[in-house]
Formats: sequence, structure tokens, C-alpha cells
Amino acid sequence: MSSRSDILAALRRNKPPQSPLPDLTPRPEIPSGALEATFLQALELAGGRFFVSSPEHSVSQALAEAYPAERVICSAMPALVQGTVDLHRITDPHHLASVDLFVCRGTFGVAENAAIWVDERQIGHRAAPFLAQHLAIVLNRQEIVPTMHEAYARLSVAEPGFGVFIAGPSKTADIEQALVIGAHGPRSLTVVLMDENDTVRT
Amino acid sequence: MNVALFVPCYIDQLYPRVAVATLHLLEKLGCTVHVPLNQTCCGQPMANAGSERDSLGAMHHFVDVFHRYDYIITPSGSCALHVKEHYDTLGERVDVRHVRARTYELSQFLTDVLKVTSLPAAFPQKVGLHASCHGLRGLRLACSSELHAPPYDNVRRLLELVDGLEVVDLTRPDECCGFGGTFAVSEEAVSVRMGIDRLQDHLEHGVDVITGTDMSCLMHLEGLARRSRLPVRILHFAEILNGGSA
Amino acid sequence: MNHPVAAAKFNEDAARTQWHDEALWFVRQKRDRASRTIPEWEALREQASQIKAHVLANLDTYLEEFERNARANGVQVHWAQDAEEHNRIVHSILKRHGVRKLVKSKSMLTEECHLNPYLEAQGIEVIDTDLGERIVQLARQAPSHIVMPAIHFRKEEIGELFHDRLGTEAGNADPQYLTEAARQHLRAQFLSADAALTGVNFAIAETGGFVVCTNEGNADLGAHLAPVHIACMGLEKIIPRAEHLGVFLRLLARSATGQAITTYSSHFHRPRPGTEMHIVLVDNVRTEHLAREDFRAALKCIRCGACMNTCPVYRRSGGHSYGYVVPGPIGAILAPARDLKTYATLPFASTLCGSCSDVCPVKIDIHTQLYKWRQVVTEAGFLPREKRLMLRLAGRLFKYPHLYQAAGRWGRRLLRKLPRRMLYTPLNAWGRARELPEPPRQSFREWYIENRKPE
Repeated sequence: MSSRSDILAALRRNKPPQSPLPDLTPRPEIPSGALEATFLQALELAGGRFFVSSPEHSVSQALAEAYPAERVICSAMPALVQGTVDLHRITDPHHLASVDLFVCRGTFGVAENAAIWVDERQIGHRAAPFLAQHLAIVLNRQEIVPTMHEAYARLSVAEPGFGVFIAGPSKTADIEQALVIGAHGPRSLTVVLMDENDTVRT
Repeated sequence: MNVALFVPCYIDQLYPRVAVATLHLLEKLGCTVHVPLNQTCCGQPMANAGSERDSLGAMHHFVDVFHRYDYIITPSGSCALHVKEHYDTLGERVDVRHVRARTYELSQFLTDVLKVTSLPAAFPQKVGLHASCHGLRGLRLACSSELHAPPYDNVRRLLELVDGLEVVDLTRPDECCGFGGTFAVSEEAVSVRMGIDRLQDHLEHGVDVITGTDMSCLMHLEGLARRSRLPVRILHFAEILNGGSA
Repeated sequence: MNHPVAAAKFNEDAARTQWHDEALWFVRQKRDRASRTIPEWEALREQASQIKAHVLANLDTYLEEFERNARANGVQVHWAQDAEEHNRIVHSILKRHGVRKLVKSKSMLTEECHLNPYLEAQGIEVIDTDLGERIVQLARQAPSHIVMPAIHFRKEEIGELFHDRLGTEAGNADPQYLTEAARQHLRAQFLSADAALTGVNFAIAETGGFVVCTNEGNADLGAHLAPVHIACMGLEKIIPRAEHLGVFLRLLARSATGQAITTYSSHFHRPRPGTEMHIVLVDNVRTEHLAREDFRAALKCIRCGACMNTCPVYRRSGGHSYGYVVPGPIGAILAPARDLKTYATLPFASTLCGSCSDVCPVKIDIHTQLYKWRQVVTEAGFLPREKRLMLRLAGRLFKYPHLYQAAGRWGRRLLRKLPRRMLYTPLNAWGRARELPEPPRQSFREWYIENRKPE
């Protein structure tokens, strides 16, 4: 008898009577016109900031303004943002520790909490958005859903080997509840909103 | 309307004026009040202290005494809750079911049965309402601050029917006072700390009188207030609704 | 373990008690504000409660489904019946890989199993990477809260600790400065770790994946750099489908800290190519607890800590006074299942105010369970003898009207007649900080007989 079979047998013996799963019909509470505003409000609350890019003010320019001092830039979207370090040349994720700014694409955002879904196929190395000192995520402003319910409805969560909702820069309040932005992960998060109608795409 | 008055044991022995005020109030509101003289206790002190077994005698006696009345009113949220929630221990009996359904805490009775909309009483004081926990989260006499639900407060509403009375908002509207039955003695340090914090909240808001539905909580707060000679009176809300004195 | 004794000690420092109480009440208020941004908050709680109740009724099939899917994803799944087996399994994986340094993100389960001392005894260095956990680890203390492990520390004390152990400036207690020092120190650990261990917030049966939620990014910094990732979870952390994460991730952070969501909600399905991912499923008394009709609902817990933040007793006695890996209200209903005798005082460390039950995102009937555990403690004979005798005496008194009336009469007489110094002795616990009530001449019954025509 293995632990596995012992445990399963105990579960079958001891489990309570059946009880049904609830209906999860979500109630949409955010009107679609307000999605972007709600998202940006939540982003600010979470300690993140944003820029809106346009043909006149490119993603590259916005990031150069936001991060004037950052030298080592690794971009997962070289057509949009040229980095100084080629992501695909890096074989050992430990080397990403010297990256000042990592730039990647986000699949979509969630208005109620500013979470952005990023999956491993968009970042090359799983460690990249965590190890870099700063993080910038490019997001189509039309790709914002109201709540986590809609998020999971559009996600095939098991498709990528790894995916993450990122909602702001890393932070902690473990020292006397004082909020400190920039704990172990990135010290800042900048979201660059793009219009899907802009010609430059990755 | 014929009702029976269930007098909590500690009110009977230590705060009879609360029962007198309850009696007078119910009579003023048109009730004929019966007072069974052989009542003792609902059993809550023993049950909450961990021994339902030792409370069985009191609980059976309670059912014997009260089962023939249509309404059983008590000026105590915790006693009413104990009868309604824990008397299932006595089994599925008609008299037990009846007693559980027909026992009311005083404000519940005034709100849900008598549906009181006016009171011939005046009490021009600033009053702090202590939201006793068993009444609040047990009997749902008000919407507790934890819940995201439409706010209501049946006890406050009754107090605000009294002429001149101002209910003062507190910083922590419904934090526990720390009485908790035998907790008051077995966890004395925390109990006292909790009570002092409640008193501080009321005093910081300029309260003249602290009131509530449960004399047990008030007894604990009063004990602390008198020891520190704090400038605050403590009255059961039945006394206030009845005109400020028994 | 004696909660009242530990709580009394805690309260000796009144200023510190007030500070601790206010720090946690602040978190409760943040939770309230966050819950009010969701109109359907109460409906969400009900959904979460029902999902978890359904899971408990189907735990065997969901775990089998989870294992099947995880294995198909290339994840190795292990089953541990108790803490020792869990520790052995973790150690054997680490040993096989020659691990000398392990980085660990928050896992209450590994605390429960006392994994750290076990591994350290085997010569493996364990670094807790959650900042709060690292603080208590450096201080050689147990965590006092499941979400904010170092909530009992003042920043000056952390400053001293870091000066001593990390070489920060003496006397500098600025949280920003101290966090920066911890950042540098811990990033060096992530970059030199041989393996990473994380907890599991939610495991998804339909996909075989699991979710880890952090604000610091420490679970990810460990897992994405090390060649071995071990995730440890209690059996009950399973949820049926990915869509259920919508419910739980909307409730978890709001209940825990008042944030809409933690910074990172990491979804792990497959190991990085060339690396290993392991999941250890742990029983450790959970299957036994599942059989307890009155208490099994405690297994719905998603470890948010909201009950601790709202509990007026926890706030004024601190997590260490519970003596159990999980303190506060939820700890008080879990610990007795593990060791009734040791934790006999925990169900009584409460006024049964019910605030915990009202904030619990999965609607565990915590205060009802506290009441029921009291009955179990008494039946097992673990009440102090004097209390047992008092209860029996009271039980007898209240059964017989004449006895009750006589006892009341004599009691009031004594209260009136005895001089103050005889009433207020060290034996009178009530009287230490409170006045006894003024004993009236007449009971209500006596007044009624005298003034009204009795039936």
C-alpha cells in the first residue's frame, strides 16, 4: 500500500456528502467605455505608471523618456524597441540580473486590478520580467477586459508552460506596514498603451 | 398581546432595574406581560464555557417554564441567541421548536413584531451605542461593518425615536467589548484591554451615556468605567426607551 | 501551550499592544475598503464557499485528475501522508541534485511540517525569501501571522537585526533603506540557489497546473532560476477548473491586504526545458479532519489571514500567544484537531464575537466551530479542574429554582456586607481592573412579588 493509495482510500472513506458547484454567471459592472480609465486608476494604485504611444510618440521614445538613466535594455520586441542586449543570445537566465530595463508585450489587461497577462512565449526567459531592475509592458489599449472572470474566459491557462498576471511593480509592506515599491522584483512597472490601429506591430 | 418576560439570571440578581424597565416598556406598548416566577437561566454561561452538558438542566427547565407562551421576550441578545441557536441540543421536540421560534430579544420584538414607530420618551443626551456581538452578528439586529450589504441598524433606529437623543458615531462601530462570558475572567488581560479601548472610543466622541442590548457587555464596561472613575453613565437601552428611568 | 498566560504577558506592554492592535486594524480597514469596490462581494464569498465545499466532497477525484494532468505536463507528483514523509521526499529530491542552498517562498504547509530545521539538520542551507519570513528567520523566531510574518516587529528592531546580520547602518530604521538591503541580499541568494521551493495558493485539477501569488516576486525569482522547483501543497488546495480562479483571485488579496490582486499571480504548468518541477501533495491529518462533520469546513481556508486582522483577541495578544504555525481564529479551530490537549485553551481565546466568520472569504463558520471545540475540550477532560467544578455547580444551581434564588440572595448579601479588602483579592480576577456590580437589595423576582400580583 503506497501513501498515494492510502490517502485516496482515506479520502473516499471520509469525504462529506455531495454538494454542487455554484453557477458563476459574472455580473458585468464596468461599462466598456470605462475599461481603460478603470485599468489606469488601478495601475496607479498599484504603484505603476503609463504612457500612451502614438505614431508621433513611439513606444521607444516613451520608454527613453521614462528611463533616461537605464543603459542595459533587453527587449522581447526588437521591432518596436531596440535593446542593447539580445534576448535570444542569452542562454543562462542568471545573466539577466544585469538588465536595467526589460520590455515585453502583454496579452491583455484586467480593468478591476490592472493585472496584465504575460506568458512565457512573450518573454523568452521566465526570469526576465522578475530579474530586470525595471519592467515595461506594451499593451493594446483595446485589449482590456473588465474582471478576472472575463480574463479566465479568454485564457487557455494551460497552453503556455508558464504565465503570470503582473499588476504593478514588486512591493512589500513587511516592515511596519510601510509600503515600499521595489522589493525583490522590478522597482517600477511602466505600461505603454498602444492603439491596435497603429501600423507598427510585433 | 400576551407575552412572557424572560429575565436573564444576572439581570434578575444584579440589574433588576433593566427588567423593570423592560416590563414597563412592554406594558406601555400595549402588552400584557406574564412573569413566570420559577424561571432561572437559559444555560448560556455553562454552554459557552464549554459544557453544554452542564447547561442541560437549565435548558430543559427553561423549555418547561416558557413553552406555553406565544412570545418570550428578553432584554438580552446573547440569551435570545443561545435559545434560538443552541437549543437544538435538546432534540426535535414540539415544545423546543416553539420556544426557539418564539424567543425574541427586546429590540427584535419591538422592530419585527410590534413594529414600533414612535415612543413616548425623552432623553436629551449624547448616546454611544455598543453593538453587542451576539445581537449584531447572531441575531443580525444591524448590518455588521464586515459585510458589504445595505446598512441598517434596528437598535439605533429605536433609540432615535426618543426625543432629544443623539446617537454618536464611533471610530470602530462594532468591535467587541471583551466580556465574552467566562472569557472576562479566564482571559482577563485581553478582556480588560478590549473594554478599555471601547470606553476610549466612546469618550473620544463625547458620549454622555453608553447603552446597548446586553447588560453583560455593559456590566463589563461599567466595571471598568467605575474603577477609572470615567465620566460616563451606562444604561441598558430598555431604560432609555422607557424614559431614562425604571 | 497556554494562551491566557501568553496573552497576559503580551499585554504587560500596553503601548506595544496598542500599536500591534492598530497595525492590524489598519489592514482590516483596507480589506473593508477593497471589499466595497465589488458590489457582488457577498455573492462572491458564497460562490467561493460552495466551490470549496464541492471540492471537499470530491477531493479524491479532483486530486487524481490533477495528478494525471500534472504528470502529462512533465511534472513529478509525490504523495506524503504526514510531515515526516513530506520532509523526506523534499530532502531526497534535493539530495539527488546535490543541493546545498535552497530558496523558499512562503508555504504555511512547510512551516506545519517543520521542513526548515529538518533540512538544516541535513546540512542544507534554507533561505526564506519572503521579506517578512526572512526577518523572522534571521531573528530565529516563528512567524506571528500567516501573511505578514513580521507584523510584531517594530522597524527599529528590524534595523538592529539587519545591522547585526546584514551589515546595514546602525540606527537606520527607514523601511525603504532596509528593504533595499534585503533586496540586494536576497537577489544574491536567488542567483546562487541550487533549488527553489514554493507553496501553492491554488492547484487546478482540470489542467494539472498551480498558482502562486506574491507581491515581492520571490517565488518566481526562485523558481525561474533554479534547475529544480518543488511546490508543496496541502490536499485541500485543489480547485476544479481554471475559471474558478476568477472567484478566488478576486477575493484573496482583497481579504488579505486590501489590494485588488497581488503583484504576481504566477501560473505554473510545465517545467522549463532541462529542469525539473515537483509537486508534493500532503495529507498530514487532513483526511482525518475531513471526517469531522462539525469541523471539516475549516479545510476550505485559502490562507488569507483576514480572520486574524479582524480578531480583537488576536490583535491584542499576538500570533505567538497561540503557539501554533497558524494563529488567530483559523488556527484556533485547526490546532485542536492536531493536538487537543496542547491546544485546549485556543478555542477559549475568543469572545465568539463572530467577526472572523463575517470576513472569511470562503464563509467558514469559525465562531461556531470555536463553540463546538469548547464542548470537545470539556468532554475530553481538558478543562482546568476548578472551572469544571464551577460549571457543574452552576449547572445544578440553575436547574432548581429554589437553589438559584437562595444562591442569588446570599450572593448579593455577601457582596453588600463583605469589606472591600475581602472582596478584591488576587483570587478575584474580575476585580483586578474592574469594579464588581453594585448588588441590589432585591432581585427582580423579589421586586415583582412585592409590587405586582404574581400569578
